[in-house]
Order: sequence, then structure tokens, then C-alpha cells
Amino acid sequence: MMDLTPKEVKERSALRVNPCKTCQPVGAMFAALGVHGCMPHSHGSQGCCSYHRTVLSRHFKEPAVASSSSFTEGASVFGGRSNITTAAKNIFDIYNPDVIAVHTTCLSETIGDDLASYLMDIDVPQGKVMVHCNTPSYVGSHINGFYNMMMGFMNYLTKKSGTSNEKTAVFPGWVNPGDIRELKRIASLMNVDTTFFPDQSGVLDAPMTGKYVMYPEGGTTLDEIKGLGDCEGLIALGEIIGIEPAELLKKKWKVPYALLPMPIGVTYTDLYISELRKQSKTEVPGELEKERGRLVDLLLDSHQYTYQKKVAIFGDPDVVIGLTSLVLEMGMIPKYVITGTPKEEFTRKINALFDKYGVSDCVAKANKDLFELHQWIKNETVDIMIGSTYGKQIARAEDIPFIRAGFPVLDRYGHPLLPIVGYIGAIRLVEQITNALLDRFDRDVSDENFEIVL
Amino acid sequence: MTDKEKLLEKYSAKVYKNRKEHIVQLEETCETQSIAANTRAIPGVMTARGCCYAGCKGVVVGPLKDVCVITHGPIGCGFYSWGTRRNKAKPDEHTDKNFVPYCFSTDMQEPDIVFGGEKKLEKAIDEAMEIFDPKCIMICSTCPIGLIGDDVQAVARRAEEKYGIKAIGYSCEGYKGVSQSGGHHIANNGIMRYVIGTGDEAPKTKFSVNILGEYNIGGDGWEEERILKRCGIEVLNLFTGDASFESLKSAHLAHLNLVMCHRSINYIAEMMKTKYGIDWLKVNFIGVGATCKTLREIAKYFDDPDLTDRVEAVIADELSLIAEDMEYYKSRLSGKTAGIFSGGSRSHHYQVLLKELGMETVIAGYEFAHRDDYEGRDIIPQIKEDADNKNIESIKVEPDEAFYHQTYSKEQIAQFKEMGVEIDSYGGMIPEMNAGDVVVDDYNHFETDALLDSKKPDIFLSGIKDKYSIQKAGVSSRQIHSYDYSGPYAGFNGAVNFGRDVTMALYTNAWSLVIPPWKHEPMLVGRIGGGY
Repeated sequence: MMDLTPKEVKERSALRVNPCKTCQPVGAMFAALGVHGCMPHSHGSQGCCSYHRTVLSRHFKEPAVASSSSFTEGASVFGGRSNITTAAKNIFDIYNPDVIAVHTTCLSETIGDDLASYLMDIDVPQGKVMVHCNTPSYVGSHINGFYNMMMGFMNYLTKKSGTSNEKTAVFPGWVNPGDIRELKRIASLMNVDTTFFPDQSGVLDAPMTGKYVMYPEGGTTLDEIKGLGDCEGLIALGEIIGIEPAELLKKKWKVPYALLPMPIGVTYTDLYISELRKQSKTEVPGELEKERGRLVDLLLDSHQYTYQKKVAIFGDPDVVIGLTSLVLEMGMIPKYVITGTPKEEFTRKINALFDKYGVSDCVAKANKDLFELHQWIKNETVDIMIGSTYGKQIARAEDIPFIRAGFPVLDRYGHPLLPIVGYIGAIRLVEQITNALLDRFDRDVSDENFEIVL
Repeated sequence: MTDKEKLLEKYSAKVYKNRKEHIVQLEETCETQSIAANTRAIPGVMTARGCCYAGCKGVVVGPLKDVCVITHGPIGCGFYSWGTRRNKAKPDEHTDKNFVPYCFSTDMQEPDIVFGGEKKLEKAIDEAMEIFDPKCIMICSTCPIGLIGDDVQAVARRAEEKYGIKAIGYSCEGYKGVSQSGGHHIANNGIMRYVIGTGDEAPKTKFSVNILGEYNIGGDGWEEERILKRCGIEVLNLFTGDASFESLKSAHLAHLNLVMCHRSINYIAEMMKTKYGIDWLKVNFIGVGATCKTLREIAKYFDDPDLTDRVEAVIADELSLIAEDMEYYKSRLSGKTAGIFSGGSRSHHYQVLLKELGMETVIAGYEFAHRDDYEGRDIIPQIKEDADNKNIESIKVEPDEAFYHQTYSKEQIAQFKEMGVEIDSYGGMIPEMNAGDVVVDDYNHFETDALLDSKKPDIFLSGIKDKYSIQKAGVSSRQIHSYDYSGPYAGFNGAVNFGRDVTMALYTNAWSLVIPPWKHEPMLVGRIGGGY
């Protein structure tokens, strides 16, 4: 497995090998699926739409509906105005969504299609809306696409009525439906009335009923999006993915925000709960304190198996920052921490964590790929890896225990239904990480040292 | 109202006018019915189709294991086509380097789009040469490449001069053609032009074949190879599953080409016939009967008594090994109905296997087929080219002076055809289906949903984009592109695997749990008064 990966690291500036990121439009499609009654629309060739729906379906094991402008060579020369106009009519006719959320692709961006003006000229049926955002695939990563689509919705729909709706907006960032459910449960225990945007719970974990519905119950409603400007405050989770949409809401409607790291692990979940406490001015209920206590208890119980164990973490910036904080709480050494997304802020955040816990000889890099991570591991190995499914190639090649977290996870079932955020999510991760290390210990230990009790 | 009318009812006049030509409800007639195909999809209808790049890189070129395939473009296209198609490969005597688990991309950034990406591509090739030292590099273009005018062919030529390797540039931008099909054609052209005919490794036996259009999904090609090897037939190349550049170079020395996926690779079959005189035989290894028929036709073609005896002995042995399993699955599946929506071949191939399992296919459709896949190759002269097709180059080849060799005369080929051996021809799917069945070209989400409702099949074989909506509607659903990570489904053992998987999909216990018990039970339980 991966026999062509040499140990010697040579500098590359042009060849990306085994990427740890993908392109903007899939992020836009995923974000749009978190809006109720929404048809995400890809303004480009059919292949983009097909690839994005495919990767989303493979991660969530759910239908991911989206349509395409089906560019041909002619459209690429003359522009995609008639494609989007025809598409809009057909989508409203056939699939009847409340909203069509259009994102661009590298094709329509390169030819300079002016979506804002095209959309203005489209005859949108009464009560329906179309929004758009620009997602050039050659800038940033799928993370940019995700927040660009959030901003597309906000640019088109938000307003301020002058009366507060007494709600707190929460931007959960790029997480699974199981995470959103957990974040909502915590907010509800903290007595905070929230609008989650976007919200894929209910949409990308729709229950089996024997009847297929294209727009299942779930997703942020258009009214909720419109009301974002009337919110008392905003909690944006994920400092990389959350900053731009939070800034937009502040600039546009003066909604103050708290920008927090993804609540993974004890410290970052504490931050989320502390912020909710500020918003609701309610004391933290015993239920949450007990959950926290159980998590810390587990960390102490299991620390001897995780202490000083080296870990490689890779994936999207905010999830990786959260995971790094958690493994440091577990006493582990985050030896290699990378994201493919080109955001230098990521490196600063991770280095700050290294400093906080006083770990040395660890590497944090943005804009890296899994090929290079593999080479680093060949030079100095780790005890465990945490990241998206593509890490399994390295894990197999180097015989390293591997925990899946982040996007995409293409080879596990039930994964997106359960959280990694909050104290409960951390308990899940600590159990997974500790068990993987214990399984490895049991596998490798000699017969005379093989023990029943650990 | 017929099923077809129900499908069309919801459409606006414009969409109706287009789609009615792509949907056929079969009538009682001995003639084939015509269908519109390989025309552009309508924006917004949620077609299942992909793009030209997907057909070129994802389908044909990507599986070449000793080739460093560099996607030239932003990161997405390379990422999505990385390890997601199940074209299995292992290094062999032709190659010790297996690039299949890797993804290579130029990961273009905004300045590359503005100022051109050729420099970055050249640098990427330099880096690939330094780190991986491949014998062959192929460059697959994504949408922006054609628009900004990067000349990938020129970059490939320069790489050949600089490094003495083979380098091929494909202009397979996503917007070209109307589906993946254009990409297949572009990839076929490149392989024909630059690879086949450049090697000199002679076959070891007098019964050597290439299997064209076999991508080794789930190991299908390996099962076919196992059976053919038992019969004493040498497989030189699987095109392009588990294939290598090194081995494809000598593909022109084969005695016969077998064509599995007619849609994606018939161009090479045709061109090799013209250039090298190699006959091609349309085969089908999907289904027990189809596999037997294929083996017997190959034996007839080679017309060798020993080979014929061996083929019969292998068939008898293989049949005895699977008879019990097939009988069991047939007992579980008899009388069930199926729908199949696939790319361009499987909807035809799998009907044979389903029939063997006692199942009838009532809905069939293709994403990117042409009329000949539905109606048979005889229709080809009648197909009118439109602007989209004309954008995909058709290359002309001439008989090769050194290697052209005709095994049989025209008269002999005609005799074979009379005997039912499908040489240089292909019969199409529609004539083999029944009255009332619905055939859909370039199917979309709405039509899939509506057909489930009107035809109520027991199982639907389709792709990942439809799988979960079909399952949510209460219909068993399996992916016929990826076999849901199972397989092989080809050959004798594959038929058993398929029977097992379909049975599992229909009978898994969870189906009985969909409706909660309280939906059938009254909430209030009481007694009629006065009983005491």
C-alpha cells in the first residue's frame, strides 16, 4: 500500500499529491442543504454537481439533492445566462423548492458569468426565492465555499425589522447532523432560544418512514434566515469558517458575535457553554455539569494509556483545531497537525495550543497534503492518526491505529449520526481513541504479558 | 394513462417536447423502437450525468496503474475521482509501480487561471518525474483549461523530449460533449493514437484476447480472466481495469478483441479492426448463461477442437460448482421485478442475470448511452450528428502496413454471424425487453421517483445519487456502478455474489421494522362494560 511514497521529503510547489481539501462548490452545496426546502444549484458543467452529490451521499448515506446548469461548449463560449434561466424554470416546475441556492464553479467563474444580474432577470414564482454566491474552485477550499453560501443567503435575505426576536443565532460550522443535534440540546439546556444556520439535521439524517420526501423536515427556514438580523447575538463556532459570515451579520445588522473554536473537548465546550450562559443569563444546569464531570472522570481514568502518545491529526481547520485541543487534554502529543485549506490563521491557532500545553517538536501546517504527512510519518512515526477516510491509506501502509473524524468519512455507517462536539462528543472520541490504543496494545503484546484487566 | 404519459404529465411544454423522445414504453412489436439519446441534458432537471472529464479521467484513463495521471485544474476534480470507482489493480510483471491509490493535481490557484497554468503543469511534471519517475504521464484537463487556453498537448510533447517518457495530454474539459461519453471517446483516441501499437510483446499462445470495456470494478475482470485462463485463453489486457500502459502497447498483437462495455470503448474496437484487422466480439460475462454463451462464441471463433473441448469441460465444472447456490437464490427471487439505471452497458447486461434468477426487468435506462446501445449497431448510419457530438474528435485510422492481419474473410465473418456469433456487431437493449416495459434515456431524479411509483419494482439497481432516495421510498436499492462495495458480479462466481446481494437487499430484517408497531395498534385498550 502506497509503495511509491518515498521517505525523503522533496519540496513541491506545483504538484499536489493526495489532497487534504477539495473545492469550494461542494461546501456551498452542503451549506445550502442545511436550509429547509432548498434546491442547491451548481452553475457549471454537470460533472461538478454529480461529483458533489456523490461525495455528500457517500459521507451521509443519504440522498443529496442538487441540480446543474449543464453547461455545454456553447454555453462556455456564450455564457450561462440561458442555462440558469431554463434551469430555474424547470426546477420550480418539477421540484418545487422554496428556494434555489445557486453557486458558481471554476467554469462559470472563469468565463465571468454575472449571476447577480442573471438572477435579477429571472421570473421567480410568487413566494419563492433564488439566492447565489460565488465559489471559484481555484480559491481556498470547500471551507470557503461553505461560508460563501452562508453569506449568499444572508446577503439576499436578512433584514432588520427593528424589533429583536430575542434569539441567539448559532453558526455551527461544517459539522455532522449528530453534532448539530448535540449543540442544540446544549443550547436548549442553557435555556437559549436559537436559530441554527445552516442546519443539516433532519435533512442529511432524515428518518426512514417508507416514504421519500425531497425536502424533509429540517433545515433552517427562510423566515429564520430573514430573522438573523433581528437576533440578540450570534455564536459563530469555528474560528476559521465562522469569522466571515459573523463579520457580515455584524456589519450589515450590527448583531454582536462571539467567535469560538469548534466545541470539541472540555475547554472548547466550556467556552460554548459559557457564551450561552452570557446570552441567557442562566446558570449552567446540573445535567451539563455532570456530563462534564463524567468526561473529566473518563480522562483521568484513561490517561495512562494516552499520556505522551503521539498523534497525527489532519482535515478541515476548525475540526482539527478542536481535536488538537482534545488530545492535549488527554495528555497526548499532537506530533503532526495539518489542513489542506490554505489558511495561515490555522497554523497560528495550533501553535498557540502547542505553547499553552508546552509541547515541543510538533509540526502544524496549513496548505499541506496527505502525501507529505505520510512522508513525515515515515521519518518519525506516530501512535495514532485522526482524520478523514483518506487517511486509511497511510494508516494501513504504516500500521497505525486510525480514528475517523471530519469530512469526508466515506467508509463508516452511523458516523454522522453521532456527535464529536460537546462533552458527550468528547466522551465518544476519548473512548474511540483509548480503545484503538488498547486494541493495538493487546494485538502486539507477548502472550506472557497479555492481560485480562487493563 | 400509460406509464410514459404519467412521466411526462408534469413537464412544461418545452421539457415535454424534449423528454418524450427519450422515454419509450415498449409495444408488442418485433421491430426495435427508436429513442433519442446522446443529446444535451436540460438544465435543472437533475440528470444523473457527469462530465467529459469524468469519462476520460474517471473511467478510461484513471485505471491505468503504471501511469501518473495528473489532473490539470483546481483541486476538486482530482479529489472526487480519487479512489472512488473501484477499478481494482495490482502490480504485475509489466509494472512494479501502482499509481491507482494516488491522486495527482496541479491544484490551480487564481493567478494560474489569470496568467495561464502551463508553467505550473510543467513544474508539476518535473516534480512527478523527480519523485515518482513514471514511464508515462497523462494529463487530464478540467473546465478552465480550455477556456484559458493552456496547451496540454504541447506541454506533453515537451515532457517527452525532456524526459524520454511517454506523455499524453487530453483536452477533456468537463463542458465538452453532453455527458461522460465524450470523455470516453477522447480517451480512446489518445490510447489508440499514442499507446497501442508501440510495443512488441507477442502473445504466448494462439488464443489471445484483450477484454475491452472491462474496468475491473469489484474484481470483475479478474473473475473473467480466471475463467478464460482455465479454458486456455490468454488475456493480454483488460481495458482499462488493472491495465498498464506497458502492456497496452502490445494490445495490437492479440488474436481477438472481446468487448464488454460497448459504449465506452467501441471506438478502440472499431479502430483496431481497421488498423490491425483484429475482429471484435461483443461479449457479456454478466449472467451464467451469458458467460457460457460468450465462452462458446470465443471457441467458435478460434475454431479449435481442443479449445472447444476445454471450454465445454470448464463450463460443465463451473456450472456444477454454482448450481446449488443459483437454485437457492432463484427460489428466493423468482417473480420479483427490477429497474436498472446505469451508465451505458449494464442495464442490458444485468437483465440476463436477473432473468436467470427468475426476475423481470421492467424499467431500464442509461445515463450516457447512444442510440446503438438501445437499438443495436445497425442504427449507426441513421444517427444524425449535432453540434455537441461534432466537438468530439473522431479519428480515422488506416490499415497498418506492418501489423494488419485479417484472420477471416468477409464471407467467413458473415458465416459466423449466421451461426449467432456476434462479431463486429452489437444487438442493443430494446429488442430484448418486453411490451409494457419502460426505457428511459438520460433519466433524471423526477422520472426515477415517478417510475418507482407507477411500476413498483421490488428492487432498483442504480447509482449512489439515487440509491438513498429509492431506499427511503421503501424500495430495495443497490448500486450497479460500484456494486455497493461488493462483487465481483461477473462470471460464474459473480452471478452467485449478485444473487446473494439481491436476496440480502430484499429480505434484510430491517425492512419489517420500518413501521412502528403502534401505528397498527389502537391507543386505547378497554373492555366492553358489564362483563363482570
